[in-house]
Amino acid sequence: MGESRKISLTVNGKRYENQEVEVRVTLADFIRHQLGLTGTHLGCEHGVCGACTILFDGLSARSCLMLAVQADGHELLTVEGIAPSPDELHPLQQAFHENHGLQCGFCTPGMLTTLLEFLRDNPDPTEQEVRIAISGNLCRCTGYQNIVISALDAAKRLQAVK
Amino acid sequence: MKPPPFSYHDPRTVSDAVKLLASLENAKLLAGGQSLMPMLNFRFVQPDHIIDLNRVEGLSYIRESGGMLEIGAMTRQRDLEFSDVVKARWPIMHEALLQVGHRQTRNRGTIGGSLCHLDPAAELVALATGYDATVTAVGPNGQREVPFAEFPVAYMTPSIELNEMVVGVRFPQWAPKHGYAFVEFARRHGDFAITSAAVLLEGDASGKITRASVTIGGMGTAPSRAREVEAAITGQVPAGNMFREACETCRKLEAISDVHAPAEYRQHLATVMSRRALEKAYARLTGTETAPARPH
Repeated sequence: MGESRKISLTVNGKRYENQEVEVRVTLADFIRHQLGLTGTHLGCEHGVCGACTILFDGLSARSCLMLAVQADGHELLTVEGIAPSPDELHPLQQAFHENHGLQCGFCTPGMLTTLLEFLRDNPDPTEQEVRIAISGNLCRCTGYQNIVISALDAAKRLQAVK
Repeated sequence: MKPPPFSYHDPRTVSDAVKLLASLENAKLLAGGQSLMPMLNFRFVQPDHIIDLNRVEGLSYIRESGGMLEIGAMTRQRDLEFSDVVKARWPIMHEALLQVGHRQTRNRGTIGGSLCHLDPAAELVALATGYDATVTAVGPNGQREVPFAEFPVAYMTPSIELNEMVVGVRFPQWAPKHGYAFVEFARRHGDFAITSAAVLLEGDASGKITRASVTIGGMGTAPSRAREVEAAITGQVPAGNMFREACETCRKLEAISDVHAPAEYRQHLATVMSRRALEKAYARLTGTETAPARPH
């Protein structure tokens, strides 16, 4: 094993202290293999597919393009942290569920984290804006149509909650 | 698809980073990581040391000072995109940034990283060329300023020594009421452009163009100014096919052939992108823009 460091960080509200990690390990691999949060998916591992998108201090980022050591002292949100409780879906997840916004589900973690940030910044988007927002997330099943419908539906749901 | 082993350094100050650069062999600076990390994952680069700049203080700022936009090297593309100062006084930068990658990459990607990576199709590199920006680099012998015209020395190679690092960049300001447009052709939204055009125009009350900057990106080994186009339109009131004819000269610019497009196709795109950018910029200059701006 090569050089390693100890890092402390918060993931989905849970504090992880002094986690030993090899410095060359990507944040995505750390989240999946060391924290066991396998909801974050790895498609391309070079920043093209968007499946590994997480929120880093509230901003979407590709966890395959970061090193785990860079997360020391920071706060992460992964797909596991979106739902308010184990038996309740977030309105964005509910919208995906009801509008058939996923088929195989591989791209879904990245879609959800990307859209969570997008709908926070842009609560009433147009269809075109949604398409651009998810332009960095590849889906090979849906043809994107139901994802766009889900996102627009989620925007309505989130506004109704407010 | 995992980075090779390396030693990791995360200095807190520029001087510590420069000291590390001077003392370590085969070291790479890690800025936003949106290019270096894929290259590490692919093992296209195998550095012995990574010097991570993300914890260096004082390298992230956007300041308007003396008619210049001063940007710290580690300023995220996102911060520039959302900056009111940029939107108001350097609006072409806002327009160009919306075409730089995606939200997820702009949240991490930095201006210093983009400029030093120096992809010939990179939007920010084209803007630095069009504005004649000035790059500030720091090395063991202190600080020096590099005019952007002298910044690219070869394909993806900046004129920065191995023991130097870029700490900031300055963009001059054009007249408060200037025309601007950044137009690119890419296969997918967020891709690097196959060819792009960045245009800045100043004019007088009669509609005459008094100053022009026309930059073509994605063509040669680095973005280049279309000087013949600039000369042909400066001092003129556009009429008829003036822009179309002026832009034909872009066909003579050096172009590369690669997997994305042959040189002739890029040269053709350069004539089209530059004409569209000129038309859009001139309409903005004269307040006659009609079509709604394309959302990004």
